Amino acid sequence: MFFNSLLSNFAALEVGQHLYWQIGNIRLHGQVFLTSWILLGALLVFISLGTKKMENDPKGLQNLLEFLWDYIRDLARTQIGEKVYRDWMPFIGTLFLFVFVSNWGGALIPWRLIKLPSGELGAPTADINTTIALALLVSLSYFYAGLSNKGWRYFEYYVHPTPIMLPFKILEDFTKPLSLSFRLFGNILADELVVGVLVFLVPLILPIPVMFLGLFTSAIQALIFATLAAYYIGEAVEEHH
Amino acid sequence: MLAFNVFGATEGGLFDINATLPLMAIQVVALTYILNSLFFKPVGNVVEKREKFVSNNIIEAKNKLSEVKKLEADLMTQLQSARSEAQRIVGEAENESDKLYKEALELANNEANASKEKARLEIESQTSAARDQLSKQADDLSELIVNRLILEK
Repeated sequence: MFFNSLLSNFAALEVGQHLYWQIGNIRLHGQVFLTSWILLGALLVFISLGTKKMENDPKGLQNLLEFLWDYIRDLARTQIGEKVYRDWMPFIGTLFLFVFVSNWGGALIPWRLIKLPSGELGAPTADINTTIALALLVSLSYFYAGLSNKGWRYFEYYVHPTPIMLPFKILEDFTKPLSLSFRLFGNILADELVVGVLVFLVPLILPIPVMFLGLFTSAIQALIFATLAAYYIGEAVEEHH
Repeated sequence: MLAFNVFGATEGGLFDINATLPLMAIQVVALTYILNSLFFKPVGNVVEKREKFVSNNIIEAKNKLSEVKKLEADLMTQLQSARSEAQRIVGEAENESDKLYKEALELANNEANASKEKARLEIESQTSAARDQLSKQADDLSELIVNRLILEK
């Protein structure tokens, strides 16, 4: 009986329930777009406020944004290399900011207070569609980066240092997006589930350390995603001698 | 029952992949362009302008510092040469004044000796003249005395 009630309680967490939007023939997960629009809207407002009056002596928000910019530049520069990091910095930075804002927004804002007809609001990165979209963009990016920088010589990478590597390198092209998307998805979903279950079982105090752990994980995941994306691009544009 | 629908449902489920995926990809690409124009470009411009400014100032300061050091070294050598020149001039002046002093002393000595000699000669001549006169007067007197004595007789 207890097990049964626990199962129905898991159902109360509404795992895998979605708010469907039907547009013509296609179906969308509405809750993902709703939260992402709210969070990205907040991000854009924050950034426009910070860059509204740029000065040579930075004050307030501009300081924070410059720190963020510097952080992203360092990340891109160390992974991609001095030569082409500039082209990819906006993409890496956007990945970082999108994942970070989504993770933290999902963890910090009490979305549960907003009742939806079906499903519930949460981190957009806890939806497999979002993470696969990001991972595929990374795949496309590193292919594009390699081909545009080295032309057909990009494929030398597959037989570097020996042709024995060829099957592994081809396999890597599939495992890279797979691991990127599932790592992010799994971490964020697991965090939401753990916090949800703990809140349901012990509504007081106990979930708080787990929530902090979740914030930590969220930030780390954003950093890992951006760093790996930059690393893959760097690997693709690297010159072998 | 609901719980078992989580993974196996025809509708919904954790791995329900649909049009959300491409639309989210498009959204992220759009976000990249928006953030590039709103955030990365303007902040990058400001930061890089400042970095350039700072590095230019550092280079300028270094140049100025080396110039100052060069000028300082120049000044030191000038000071050194001026000091030795001054020493030389002072030494020369001392020698000259010494020489002049000696010359003047010698001249004065000579002059003094000459005037002393002259005075001595004069004294001598006057003494002898006075002696002559005295002896002449004594002669006159003795003659007079003699004459008087003769006349009284």
